[in-house]
Amino acid sequence: MKVAITSTGNTLESDVDQRFGRCTYFVIYDTESKSVEYIPNPNKQISEGAGPASVQILAERGVNKIVSGDFGLKVKPLLDSLKVQMIVIKHTQKTVSEIIESLDH
Amino acid sequence: MNKNVKIAVAGGKGGTGKTLVATNLFYVIKEEGKEVELIDCDAEEPNAGLFFNGNLIYHSDVMLKVPEINTSLCVYCGKCKEYCNYNAILMIGFSKYIKVIEELCHGCGACSIACDYSAITKKNRKIGEVNQYQVQDKALLTEARMQVGVYSPVNTVKTALKQNPHPYVQIIDAPPGTSCPFIHSVVHADYVVLVTEPTPFGLSDLKQSIETLKGMKKFYGVVINRVDEPNQEMMQYLQKENIKVLAQIPFDRDIATVYAQGGLIAQHLSAYKKVFTGLLDLIIQEICK
Repeated sequence: MKVAITSTGNTLESDVDQRFGRCTYFVIYDTESKSVEYIPNPNKQISEGAGPASVQILAERGVNKIVSGDFGLKVKPLLDSLKVQMIVIKHTQKTVSEIIESLDH
Repeated sequence: MNKNVKIAVAGGKGGTGKTLVATNLFYVIKEEGKEVELIDCDAEEPNAGLFFNGNLIYHSDVMLKVPEINTSLCVYCGKCKEYCNYNAILMIGFSKYIKVIEELCHGCGACSIACDYSAITKKNRKIGEVNQYQVQDKALLTEARMQVGVYSPVNTVKTALKQNPHPYVQIIDAPPGTSCPFIHSVVHADYVVLVTEPTPFGLSDLKQSIETLKGMKKFYGVVINRVDEPNQEMMQYLQKENIKVLAQIPFDRDIATVYAQGGLIAQHLSAYKKVFTGLLDLIIQEICK
Protein backbone atom coordinates (compact mmCIF):
# COMPACT_ATOMS: atom_id res chain seq x y z
CA MET A 1 0.00 0.00 0.00
CA LYS A 2 1.21 3.51 -0.79
CA VAL A 3 0.97 6.17 1.89
CA ALA A 4 1.62 9.87 1.26
CA ILE A 5 2.92 12.04 4.09
CA THR A 6 2.99 15.81 3.68
CA SER A 7 6.46 16.99 4.67
CA THR A 8 8.32 20.23 5.24
CA GLY A 9 11.51 18.82 3.66
CA ASN A 10 12.99 15.96 1.69
CA THR A 11 14.49 13.96 4.55
CA LEU A 12 13.06 11.38 6.93
CA GLU A 13 13.82 13.77 9.80
CA SER A 14 11.68 16.55 8.31
CA ASP A 15 8.52 17.51 10.17
CA VAL A 16 5.08 16.66 8.87
CA ASP A 17 3.74 19.67 6.96
CA GLN A 18 0.50 20.84 8.57
CA ARG A 19 -0.94 21.86 5.19
CA PHE A 20 -2.08 19.37 2.60
CA GLY A 21 -2.47 21.20 -0.74
CA ARG A 22 0.37 23.65 -0.11
CA CYS A 23 2.87 21.40 1.66
CA THR A 24 6.54 21.56 0.61
CA TYR A 25 7.07 17.88 -0.19
CA PHE A 26 4.99 14.75 -0.56
CA VAL A 27 6.76 11.71 0.85
CA ILE A 28 5.36 8.53 -0.69
CA TYR A 29 6.05 5.46 1.38
CA ASP A 30 5.35 1.98 0.06
CA THR A 31 4.51 -0.27 3.02
CA GLU A 32 5.40 -3.44 1.09
CA SER A 33 8.69 -2.52 -0.61
CA LYS A 34 9.57 -0.01 2.18
CA SER A 35 10.67 2.43 -0.52
CA VAL A 36 10.46 6.19 0.02
CA GLU A 37 9.97 8.76 -2.72
CA TYR A 38 10.13 12.55 -2.29
CA ILE A 39 8.03 14.70 -4.62
CA PRO A 40 8.39 18.50 -4.44
CA ASN A 41 4.86 19.94 -4.44
CA PRO A 42 4.40 22.05 -7.61
CA ASN A 43 1.16 23.46 -6.14
CA LYS A 44 2.73 25.17 -3.14
CA GLN A 45 2.47 28.68 -4.61
CA ILE A 46 -0.38 28.42 -7.12
CA SER A 47 -3.16 30.94 -6.74
CA GLU A 48 -6.10 28.58 -6.35
CA GLY A 49 -7.04 24.93 -6.38
CA ALA A 50 -3.87 23.68 -4.68
CA GLY A 51 -5.84 21.01 -2.79
CA PRO A 52 -7.52 19.29 -5.76
CA ALA A 53 -4.32 19.61 -7.84
CA SER A 54 -2.42 17.82 -5.06
CA VAL A 55 -5.10 15.11 -4.92
CA GLN A 56 -4.50 14.63 -8.66
CA ILE A 57 -0.75 14.08 -8.10
CA LEU A 58 -1.24 11.52 -5.34
CA ALA A 59 -4.22 9.66 -6.82
CA GLU A 60 -2.37 9.25 -10.13
CA ARG A 61 0.37 7.47 -8.19
CA GLY A 62 -2.08 5.09 -6.59
CA VAL A 63 -1.82 6.45 -3.06
CA ASN A 64 -4.48 4.93 -0.74
CA LYS A 65 -3.74 6.80 2.46
CA ILE A 66 -2.57 10.36 3.25
CA VAL A 67 -1.12 11.69 6.50
CA SER A 68 -1.27 15.47 6.96
CA GLY A 69 -2.11 18.23 9.43
CA ASP A 70 -5.51 18.96 7.90
CA PHE A 71 -7.57 18.60 4.74
CA GLY A 72 -9.60 21.40 3.21
CA LEU A 73 -13.29 21.48 2.34
CA LYS A 74 -12.76 20.89 -1.38
CA VAL A 75 -10.34 18.04 -0.81
CA LYS A 76 -12.30 15.91 1.67
CA PRO A 77 -15.18 14.87 -0.66
CA LEU A 78 -12.71 14.19 -3.47
CA LEU A 79 -10.60 11.85 -1.34
CA ASP A 80 -13.74 10.19 0.01
CA SER A 81 -15.00 9.48 -3.50
CA LEU A 82 -11.55 8.16 -4.49
CA LYS A 83 -11.58 5.96 -1.36
CA VAL A 84 -8.34 7.46 -0.10
CA GLN A 85 -8.06 7.44 3.68
CA MET A 86 -7.17 10.71 5.43
CA ILE A 87 -5.17 10.66 8.65
CA VAL A 88 -4.95 13.95 10.54
CA ILE A 89 -1.92 14.61 12.74
CA LYS A 90 -2.72 17.82 14.54
CA HIS A 91 -1.27 19.69 17.52
CA THR A 92 1.77 17.38 17.78
CA GLN A 93 4.99 17.86 15.86
CA LYS A 94 5.99 14.55 14.28
CA THR A 95 8.75 13.71 11.83
CA VAL A 96 8.25 11.67 8.67
CA SER A 97 10.25 8.78 10.12
CA GLU A 98 8.04 8.69 13.24
CA ILE A 99 4.99 8.38 10.98
CA ILE A 100 6.61 5.64 8.91
CA GLU A 101 7.49 3.77 12.08
CA SER A 102 3.91 3.88 13.33
CA LEU A 103 2.68 2.74 9.89
CA ASP A 104 4.95 -0.31 10.07
CA HIS A 105 3.64 -1.39 13.47
CA MET B 1 -27.57 67.73 -11.72
CA ASN B 2 -27.60 65.57 -14.79
CA LYS B 3 -30.26 62.93 -14.33
CA ASN B 4 -28.23 59.75 -14.64
CA VAL B 5 -24.92 60.90 -13.21
CA LYS B 6 -22.96 58.07 -11.58
CA ILE B 7 -20.92 58.70 -8.42
CA ALA B 8 -18.80 55.86 -7.05
CA VAL B 9 -17.58 55.82 -3.44
CA ALA B 10 -14.34 53.85 -3.10
CA GLY B 11 -11.08 54.16 -1.22
CA GLY B 12 -8.72 51.21 -1.14
CA LYS B 13 -8.47 50.47 2.57
CA GLY B 14 -11.36 48.66 4.24
CA GLY B 15 -13.24 50.31 7.10
CA THR B 16 -12.50 53.92 6.16
CA GLY B 17 -16.16 54.86 5.81
CA LYS B 18 -17.16 54.17 2.22
CA THR B 19 -20.59 52.92 3.23
CA LEU B 20 -20.99 55.81 5.70
CA VAL B 21 -20.39 58.30 2.89
CA ALA B 22 -22.44 56.39 0.27
CA THR B 23 -25.51 55.89 2.47
CA ASN B 24 -25.52 59.50 3.69
CA LEU B 25 -25.06 60.92 0.18
CA PHE B 26 -27.97 58.73 -0.94
CA TYR B 27 -30.00 60.03 1.98
CA VAL B 28 -29.45 63.74 1.25
CA ILE B 29 -30.28 63.28 -2.46
CA LYS B 30 -33.37 61.25 -1.55
CA GLU B 31 -34.49 63.93 0.93
CA GLU B 32 -34.23 66.57 -1.78
CA GLY B 33 -36.87 64.52 -3.60
CA LYS B 34 -34.54 63.64 -6.43
CA GLU B 35 -34.53 60.27 -8.18
CA VAL B 36 -31.63 58.26 -6.83
CA GLU B 37 -30.36 54.69 -6.69
CA LEU B 38 -27.81 53.38 -4.20
CA ILE B 39 -25.96 50.35 -5.54
CA ASP B 40 -24.10 48.32 -2.95
CA CYS B 41 -21.29 46.66 -4.92
CA ASP B 42 -19.48 45.37 -1.85
CA ALA B 43 -20.85 41.94 -2.74
CA GLU B 44 -18.69 40.05 -0.25
CA GLU B 45 -20.46 41.75 2.61
CA PRO B 46 -23.17 44.13 1.44
CA ASN B 47 -24.42 46.21 4.35
CA ALA B 48 -25.92 49.41 2.96
CA GLY B 49 -29.32 47.70 3.30
CA LEU B 50 -29.01 47.81 7.09
CA PHE B 51 -29.65 51.55 7.01
CA PHE B 52 -32.90 51.53 5.00
CA ASN B 53 -36.24 49.79 5.08
CA GLY B 54 -37.52 48.98 1.64
CA ASN B 55 -39.79 46.59 -0.22
CA LEU B 56 -38.14 43.99 -2.38
CA ILE B 57 -39.19 44.79 -5.94
CA TYR B 58 -36.70 42.75 -7.93
CA HIS B 59 -34.59 39.65 -7.35
CA SER B 60 -32.36 37.68 -9.68
CA ASP B 61 -29.85 34.91 -9.26
CA VAL B 62 -26.48 35.38 -10.92
CA MET B 63 -25.43 32.21 -12.67
CA LEU B 64 -22.19 30.82 -14.03
CA LYS B 65 -22.06 28.12 -16.72
CA VAL B 66 -20.04 25.23 -15.38
CA PRO B 67 -19.23 21.95 -17.16
CA GLU B 68 -21.08 18.72 -16.59
CA ILE B 69 -19.32 15.58 -17.84
CA ASN B 70 -21.29 12.75 -19.39
CA THR B 71 -19.26 9.74 -18.25
CA SER B 72 -20.83 7.44 -20.83
CA LEU B 73 -19.24 9.56 -23.59
CA CYS B 74 -15.98 10.43 -21.78
CA VAL B 75 -12.90 8.45 -22.88
CA TYR B 76 -10.70 9.80 -20.02
CA CYS B 77 -8.19 11.35 -22.43
CA GLY B 78 -7.51 14.20 -19.96
CA LYS B 79 -7.58 16.97 -22.57
CA CYS B 80 -10.21 18.98 -20.65
CA LYS B 81 -8.10 18.75 -17.52
CA GLU B 82 -5.05 20.03 -19.42
CA TYR B 83 -7.03 22.95 -20.85
CA CYS B 84 -8.33 23.98 -17.42
CA ASN B 85 -6.23 26.74 -15.94
CA TYR B 86 -7.93 26.60 -12.54
CA ASN B 87 -7.48 22.96 -11.45
CA ALA B 88 -11.25 22.59 -11.63
CA ILE B 89 -11.16 19.13 -13.24
CA LEU B 90 -9.73 16.11 -11.50
CA MET B 91 -9.18 12.98 -13.58
CA ILE B 92 -7.60 9.65 -12.71
CA GLY B 93 -7.49 7.72 -15.99
CA PHE B 94 -6.86 4.21 -14.68
CA SER B 95 -9.71 4.48 -12.18
CA LYS B 96 -12.05 5.97 -14.83
CA TYR B 97 -12.62 8.84 -12.39
CA ILE B 98 -13.42 12.35 -13.51
CA LYS B 99 -14.90 15.18 -11.48
CA VAL B 100 -15.57 18.89 -11.88
CA ILE B 101 -14.76 20.95 -8.79
CA GLU B 102 -17.40 23.61 -9.38
CA GLU B 103 -16.06 26.01 -6.75
CA LEU B 104 -12.86 26.39 -8.75
CA CYS B 105 -14.50 26.78 -12.18
CA HIS B 106 -14.34 30.26 -13.71
CA GLY B 107 -16.81 29.35 -16.45
CA CYS B 108 -14.33 30.05 -19.26
CA GLY B 109 -15.58 27.14 -21.37
CA ALA B 110 -12.10 25.93 -22.42
CA CYS B 111 -12.94 22.36 -21.35
CA SER B 112 -15.89 22.10 -23.74
CA ILE B 113 -13.67 23.34 -26.58
CA ALA B 114 -11.03 20.78 -25.61
CA CYS B 115 -13.43 17.81 -25.61
CA ASP B 116 -13.46 15.91 -28.91
CA TYR B 117 -16.18 13.51 -27.74
CA SER B 118 -19.03 15.91 -26.92
CA ALA B 119 -18.93 14.63 -23.36
CA ILE B 120 -19.14 18.09 -21.81
CA THR B 121 -22.38 20.01 -21.49
CA LYS B 122 -22.99 23.10 -19.37
CA LYS B 123 -25.19 23.71 -16.42
CA ASN B 124 -25.97 26.75 -14.30
CA ARG B 125 -24.39 27.29 -10.92
CA LYS B 126 -25.59 30.12 -8.66
CA ILE B 127 -22.72 32.43 -7.75
CA GLY B 128 -24.62 35.41 -6.38
CA GLU B 129 -27.82 37.38 -6.34
CA VAL B 130 -29.08 40.89 -6.95
CA ASN B 131 -31.87 42.34 -4.84
CA GLN B 132 -33.53 45.66 -5.43
CA TYR B 133 -35.59 47.52 -2.85
CA GLN B 134 -37.92 50.46 -3.14
CA VAL B 135 -36.84 52.71 -0.27
CA GLN B 136 -39.02 55.68 -1.17
CA ASP B 137 -41.10 56.73 -4.15
CA LYS B 138 -38.10 57.71 -6.24
CA ALA B 139 -35.31 56.01 -4.31
CA LEU B 140 -33.99 52.51 -4.96
CA LEU B 141 -31.43 50.39 -3.19
CA THR B 142 -29.77 47.69 -5.29
CA GLU B 143 -27.64 45.11 -3.57
CA ALA B 144 -25.07 42.71 -5.04
CA ARG B 145 -24.58 39.68 -2.81
CA MET B 146 -22.23 36.86 -3.71
CA GLN B 147 -22.53 33.25 -2.56
CA VAL B 148 -20.14 32.03 0.13
CA GLY B 149 -17.10 30.28 -1.33
CA VAL B 150 -17.30 31.83 -4.81
CA TYR B 151 -13.88 32.91 -6.13
CA SER B 152 -14.91 36.35 -7.40
CA PRO B 153 -17.81 38.80 -6.94
CA VAL B 154 -17.24 40.47 -10.34
CA ASN B 155 -20.15 38.89 -12.25
CA THR B 156 -22.51 39.67 -9.39
CA VAL B 157 -21.30 43.29 -9.25
CA LYS B 158 -21.70 43.69 -13.02
CA THR B 159 -25.24 42.28 -12.88
CA ALA B 160 -26.22 44.69 -10.09
CA LEU B 161 -24.86 47.67 -12.05
CA LYS B 162 -26.93 46.68 -15.08
CA GLN B 163 -30.16 46.38 -13.07
CA ASN B 164 -31.10 50.05 -13.28
CA PRO B 165 -34.65 50.35 -14.58
CA HIS B 166 -34.69 54.14 -14.33
CA PRO B 167 -32.13 56.77 -15.36
CA TYR B 168 -31.66 57.83 -11.74
CA VAL B 169 -28.62 59.41 -10.14
CA GLN B 170 -26.49 56.47 -9.01
CA ILE B 171 -24.41 56.26 -5.85
CA ILE B 172 -22.17 53.23 -6.13
CA ASP B 173 -20.74 51.82 -2.89
CA ALA B 174 -17.56 50.10 -4.13
CA PRO B 175 -15.75 47.26 -2.35
CA PRO B 176 -12.36 47.88 -0.70
CA GLY B 177 -9.15 47.12 -2.55
CA THR B 178 -8.00 48.06 -6.02
CA SER B 179 -8.52 44.75 -7.80
CA CYS B 180 -11.21 43.58 -10.27
CA PRO B 181 -14.29 44.09 -8.02
CA PHE B 182 -13.23 47.72 -7.44
CA ILE B 183 -12.43 48.30 -11.14
CA HIS B 184 -15.82 46.98 -12.24
CA SER B 185 -17.63 49.07 -9.62
CA VAL B 186 -16.07 52.34 -10.76
CA VAL B 187 -15.56 51.72 -14.48
CA HIS B 188 -18.75 53.54 -15.57
CA ALA B 189 -18.66 56.22 -12.87
CA ASP B 190 -18.54 59.89 -13.83
CA TYR B 191 -16.80 60.71 -10.59
CA VAL B 192 -15.11 58.71 -7.82
CA VAL B 193 -15.14 59.80 -4.18
CA LEU B 194 -12.18 58.20 -2.39
CA VAL B 195 -12.79 57.83 1.34
CA THR B 196 -9.65 57.51 3.43
CA GLU B 197 -8.46 57.93 7.00
CA PRO B 198 -5.41 59.85 8.28
CA THR B 199 -3.28 56.77 8.98
CA PRO B 200 -0.27 55.29 7.13
CA PHE B 201 -2.50 52.42 5.98
CA GLY B 202 -5.13 54.82 4.72
CA LEU B 203 -2.54 56.80 2.78
CA SER B 204 -0.85 53.72 1.33
CA ASP B 205 -4.11 52.32 -0.03
CA LEU B 206 -5.28 55.75 -1.15
CA LYS B 207 -2.16 56.07 -3.31
CA GLN B 208 -2.87 52.70 -4.91
CA SER B 209 -6.47 53.72 -5.63
CA ILE B 210 -5.33 56.99 -7.17
CA GLU B 211 -2.74 55.29 -9.37
CA THR B 212 -5.45 52.88 -10.57
CA LEU B 213 -7.94 55.68 -11.28
CA LYS B 214 -5.28 57.67 -13.16
CA GLY B 215 -4.83 54.65 -15.43
CA MET B 216 -8.59 54.57 -15.94
CA LYS B 217 -8.66 58.32 -16.67
CA LYS B 218 -11.28 58.93 -14.02
CA PHE B 219 -12.14 62.12 -12.13
CA TYR B 220 -11.87 61.84 -8.38
CA GLY B 221 -11.65 63.67 -5.07
CA VAL B 222 -10.94 62.65 -1.49
CA VAL B 223 -12.96 62.53 1.72
CA ILE B 224 -10.86 62.14 4.87
CA ASN B 225 -12.79 60.40 7.62
CA ARG B 226 -12.06 60.13 11.36
CA VAL B 227 -9.82 63.20 11.42
CA ASP B 228 -8.45 63.93 14.88
CA GLU B 229 -5.25 65.65 13.89
CA PRO B 230 -4.13 66.37 10.34
CA ASN B 231 -1.88 63.80 8.75
CA GLN B 232 0.94 65.92 7.30
CA GLU B 233 2.18 63.24 4.97
CA MET B 234 -1.28 62.73 3.50
CA MET B 235 -1.89 66.46 3.07
CA GLN B 236 1.49 66.92 1.38
CA TYR B 237 0.78 64.03 -0.97
CA LEU B 238 -2.67 65.38 -1.90
CA GLN B 239 -1.25 68.86 -2.44
CA LYS B 240 1.62 67.59 -4.57
CA GLU B 241 -0.79 65.54 -6.71
CA ASN B 242 -3.21 68.46 -6.83
CA ILE B 243 -6.07 66.31 -5.53
CA LYS B 244 -9.13 68.01 -4.09
CA VAL B 245 -10.17 67.28 -0.51
CA LEU B 246 -13.96 67.31 -0.77
CA ALA B 247 -14.71 66.93 2.93
CA GLN B 248 -13.17 66.06 6.27
CA ILE B 249 -15.24 64.15 8.79
CA PRO B 250 -14.02 64.44 12.38
CA PHE B 251 -13.26 61.55 14.72
CA ASP B 252 -16.48 61.85 16.67
CA ARG B 253 -18.01 59.42 19.13
CA ASP B 254 -21.52 60.58 18.18
CA ILE B 255 -20.96 59.30 14.64
CA ALA B 256 -20.02 55.87 15.95
CA THR B 257 -23.06 55.80 18.22
CA VAL B 258 -25.54 56.67 15.47
CA TYR B 259 -23.85 54.39 12.94
CA ALA B 260 -23.73 51.41 15.28
CA GLN B 261 -27.50 51.71 15.75
CA GLY B 262 -28.03 51.57 12.01
CA GLY B 263 -28.74 55.29 11.81
CA LEU B 264 -27.71 57.89 9.26
CA ILE B 265 -25.65 60.78 10.62
CA ALA B 266 -27.08 63.19 8.02
CA GLN B 267 -30.50 62.42 9.47
CA HIS B 268 -29.75 62.27 13.19
CA LEU B 269 -26.91 64.77 13.64
CA SER B 270 -27.81 68.11 12.07
CA ALA B 271 -24.18 69.25 11.78
CA TYR B 272 -23.45 66.36 9.46
CA LYS B 273 -26.39 66.98 7.17
CA LYS B 274 -24.50 70.12 6.08
CA VAL B 275 -21.33 68.09 5.55
CA PHE B 276 -23.09 65.79 3.11
CA THR B 277 -25.12 68.43 1.26
CA GLY B 278 -21.85 70.38 0.96
CA LEU B 279 -20.05 67.28 -0.27
CA LEU B 280 -22.77 66.67 -2.85
CA ASP B 281 -22.55 70.27 -4.09
CA LEU B 282 -18.78 69.97 -4.46
CA ILE B 283 -19.04 66.68 -6.36
CA ILE B 284 -21.58 68.24 -8.75
CA GLN B 285 -19.30 71.25 -9.26
CA GLU B 286 -16.40 68.93 -10.01
CA ILE B 287 -18.45 66.88 -12.49
CA CYS B 288 -19.70 70.03 -14.24
CA LYS B 289 -16.18 71.43 -14.61
